[in-house]
Amino acid sequence: MLVYKFLYSLGRYLCLMGRTFQRPERMKMFFKNYYREIYQLGINSIGIVLLISFFIGAVICIQIKVNVQSPWMPLWVSGYTTREIMLLEFSSSIMCLILSGKIGSNIASELGTMRVTQQIDALEIMGVNSANFLILPKILAIVTMIPILVTFSVASGIVGAYATAYIGHIITPADLTAGMQHDFTQWFFWMGVVKSIFFAFIIASVSSYYGYYVKGGSIEVGKASTNAVVSSSVLILFSDIFLTEMLS
Amino acid sequence: MIEIKSLSKEFPDKKVLHNINCTFFDGKTNLIIGQSGSGKTVLMNCVVGLLEPTVGEVLYDGRDFVKMNKNERTQLRREMGMLFQSSALFDSLTVLENVMFPLDMFSTLSLKERKKRALDCLDRVNLVEAQNKLPAELSGGMQKRAAIARAISMKPKYLFCDEPNSGLDPKTSIVIDQLIHEITVENSMTTIVNTHDMNSVMDIGENILFIYKGNKEWQGTNKEILTSKNQRLNDFIFASDFSKQMKKNIEENELQ
Ligand SMILES: Nc1ncnc2c1ncn2[C@@H]1O[C@H](COP(=O)(O)OP(=O)(O)OP(=O)(O)O)[C@@H](O)[C@H]1O
Ligand SMILES: [Mg+2]
Repeated sequence: MLVYKFLYSLGRYLCLMGRTFQRPERMKMFFKNYYREIYQLGINSIGIVLLISFFIGAVICIQIKVNVQSPWMPLWVSGYTTREIMLLEFSSSIMCLILSGKIGSNIASELGTMRVTQQIDALEIMGVNSANFLILPKILAIVTMIPILVTFSVASGIVGAYATAYIGHIITPADLTAGMQHDFTQWFFWMGVVKSIFFAFIIASVSSYYGYYVKGGSIEVGKASTNAVVSSSVLILFSDIFLTEMLS
Repeated sequence: MIEIKSLSKEFPDKKVLHNINCTFFDGKTNLIIGQSGSGKTVLMNCVVGLLEPTVGEVLYDGRDFVKMNKNERTQLRREMGMLFQSSALFDSLTVLENVMFPLDMFSTLSLKERKKRALDCLDRVNLVEAQNKLPAELSGGMQKRAAIARAISMKPKYLFCDEPNSGLDPKTSIVIDQLIHEITVENSMTTIVNTHDMNSVMDIGENILFIYKGNKEWQGTNKEILTSKNQRLNDFIFASDFSKQMKKNIEENELQ
């Protein structure tokens, strides 16, 4: 039964993606929606990304400096570790997990509400490919915005770390800078970007899937948005392992 | 003209429609009536293709909709307008943008012409003042009118209305009914209206299909309803004691 259900969902998901990835009917309408989604899903997420990354960057730096570093370790360890954690894992994977909560529930509840109020049916009756019209701009908007969000997150984390040096006086700026510059591998940054693009696709497409196929009323819309967040989080965690393995 | 031929619809747990045959005419307001749960919405959804009928044919001027592939359906759908039970206006767009939406999507008109056409449609339903409001800021009756404007903006050949006057007061209902009827005659469209509102049945019912528990029970005009001897139809139309009395009076008058 579980296998049947899984295969059914997978098939339906693939069909939906097939209908989504087609040439938009009217490029002008597509770009209008695309810019709206960039604003709504991307630009509106910048604040939360900066905020969270700033504090996580600061906290990692404090933790390492105060709790991990011992006299036999080099002084650059705190800065180095902060940078690597942000680059390798936090700014791509954990940030996407957090964003799946924000963006995923947003997408699923928007599409779900459109479904239960028959707005999607109205599109279909007009002869519009509703999946293409509604979902494609969302997926492309997130996929284009996520590298920018990742970059902002890394930058904000580093600023957070420097805040502990300049404001908290936990670590000297010189030590921190030495750590930040120690043995830098540029690929780590690109790895984060590549991973985040996969995660962004997962968030947008899985949440759209749950929202698009809602049946019923407001309770089902609520359920769909919970399911969207849970499923995309789980999928992000799984694919994170494979992607990290493959890209390292 | 829309013809339905031996159409049945089964859900996994329930058979909703049994072998429906009927014809809906051009330039007329065709009504589908029946009790709540009798299958009116399911029938309409089968006709427009939101549900697939289990068996049967739906012919739009001879073109079988059920057998069409996705692209042919999309083409035919440009000729359809539909009014949903819940209005289904796009809630992120203003009224004017809603009405302009099908034009933006499919027409090759310039922006000015599209806007003019949309304003004409809004004028037709007396809603020009509300053009810049969002659907959530409108009353139920205004939403219905806006939805009519959107449905007719592409000048469709076929118009479908699912309960256009549910949740409206009798006077507003009549306004909506008259509007649908006038637009139908003006553009000689084939209009199908689902309703359980007796005012509309008497007012605009030129061709009425009565569905009883998923079966076609009776078909005729509003004049014929008054004199029909079909027991189930009479029980449905003349449900209250007051209207039963009325029916009796009509029959007595006829005898004299
Ligand atoms: N998707 C579905 N799956 C299973 N059964 C359904 C489905 N849709 C409708 N039904 C059943 O079909 C029957 C007819 O429903 P329908 O919505 O057509 O009634 P209706 O005549 O439009 O009623 P109302 O006047 O209240 O709108 C109902 O008993 C309903 O339970
Ligand atoms: Mg109904």
